Amino acid sequence: MELTAINKQSTEDSKHVNRTNEVLPRFNFNRHVKEAGLDLKPLSIETLQINVGKLCNQACLHCHVDAGPKRTEAIDRATAEKVVEVLGMHPEIKTLDITGGAPELSEHFDWIVIEARKLGKHVMVRHNITVQFDGNPVTGESKAYLPKFFAEHQCEVICSLPYYAEYFTDKQRGRGVFQKSMDGLKRLNDVGYGNEGAGLVLNLVYNPVGAFLPASQESLQADYKRELWEKFGIVFNNLYTITNMPIHRFKHDLVRRGGYEEYMTKLVNAFNPIAAEGIMCRTMVSVNYDGTLSDCDFNQMLDMPLEKRVPQSIFDWNAEAVLNRKIVFVDHCFGCTAGAGSSCGGATV
Amino acid sequence: MSHYYESNDLKRFGQIGKHQKELADKFFDWYGAATNTESALTKREKQLIGLAVAHAIQCPYCIDAFTQSCLETGSDPTQMTEAIHVASAVRGGASLVHGVQFLNSLEKVGA
Repeated sequence: MELTAINKQSTEDSKHVNRTNEVLPRFNFNRHVKEAGLDLKPLSIETLQINVGKLCNQACLHCHVDAGPKRTEAIDRATAEKVVEVLGMHPEIKTLDITGGAPELSEHFDWIVIEARKLGKHVMVRHNITVQFDGNPVTGESKAYLPKFFAEHQCEVICSLPYYAEYFTDKQRGRGVFQKSMDGLKRLNDVGYGNEGAGLVLNLVYNPVGAFLPASQESLQADYKRELWEKFGIVFNNLYTITNMPIHRFKHDLVRRGGYEEYMTKLVNAFNPIAAEGIMCRTMVSVNYDGTLSDCDFNQMLDMPLEKRVPQSIFDWNAEAVLNRKIVFVDHCFGCTAGAGSSCGGATV
Repeated sequence: MSHYYESNDLKRFGQIGKHQKELADKFFDWYGAATNTESALTKREKQLIGLAVAHAIQCPYCIDAFTQSCLETGSDPTQMTEAIHVASAVRGGASLVHGVQFLNSLEKVGA
């Protein structure tokens, strides 16, 4: 089945019509929130997350961005400057979280990092380890300098590593990625990343290779630390476990295998009100490469901006309106509230 | 009923208490305590044991359930396959060790 057909089918699958012919989300996240007695309003804007583009040197199975070497969407200088301007206006925004694609492939990436650090912001980079070796798939530009650049600017580096062994990692991220990841992590360790007390934070991200929930973050972190140290001499700070979001490439795969319904049921059955209270959209705002604002990176990828009453572009930034917005919840939000919860910072419980 | 084994029947396992709730409750409490807790063995280790036993007793419901629970407690297919080999080796060994009885029988008749 063609991807467009799958997309249409899965969109139809995810909705149903009530007695007044109003189309409702199929799994009704808002009803679960209400029944749990929760009021999930924004609490703060501590983090501005910016997706600088969809270009990536890889095309991973689980990627909710559908990123890859042929994607051309990328932040321009004006948007990058506006992001930095907004950061400068708001001391309460403590963190800039930069993601992609492989965010390092944006021509404005280095500039954004440098400017945000000048403002005293904590900068988190969702670093694609293999880009150190692959470089830019379009221009061929080397990205081998990145570990030193990150260290020089005291960035927190967060890397996806789906497992501490080859099979799962290569299945999700492509052949040869595990070995390259080990080499890239060693290069990060060599400049000081991952050593407790060194001040250079290296966090890894686990997400399931398939339609199942992550294991306990604490137990997996212990396994990762033991295995990576004993077999490769690699150290890191924290492991974040993240649930696969049933959107885009992962959803297409679920639909193709006939497992979408079962996966959604698993997420819905695992709805955890405590995890829901800690969902990341309550303390952050997501900025698209073109400046569009969303409640999170997942909504952004589905072209779902902030609610209509609120300015929807960073060029019309209004912090008060953003803080007082109503967060847009849909079916995939169950991915953030299942079990121990899931966020860009791992489990929320 | 088109098949003796239906995957959806696993979801109905709780209904086994329909005519004898007390015994079912005792079973599920014990089952949960034995397989789904962190204690002297980790939950992950217990799921690997469950997967191995599921293969030894050839229970399709258990294989399905423990495959999921092994993944959701952090095992990968290599580790799970090794667990299945342990079960298979023990099961094979249990057959083969009876060959000693066969040898005894041979000796008994002087063959």
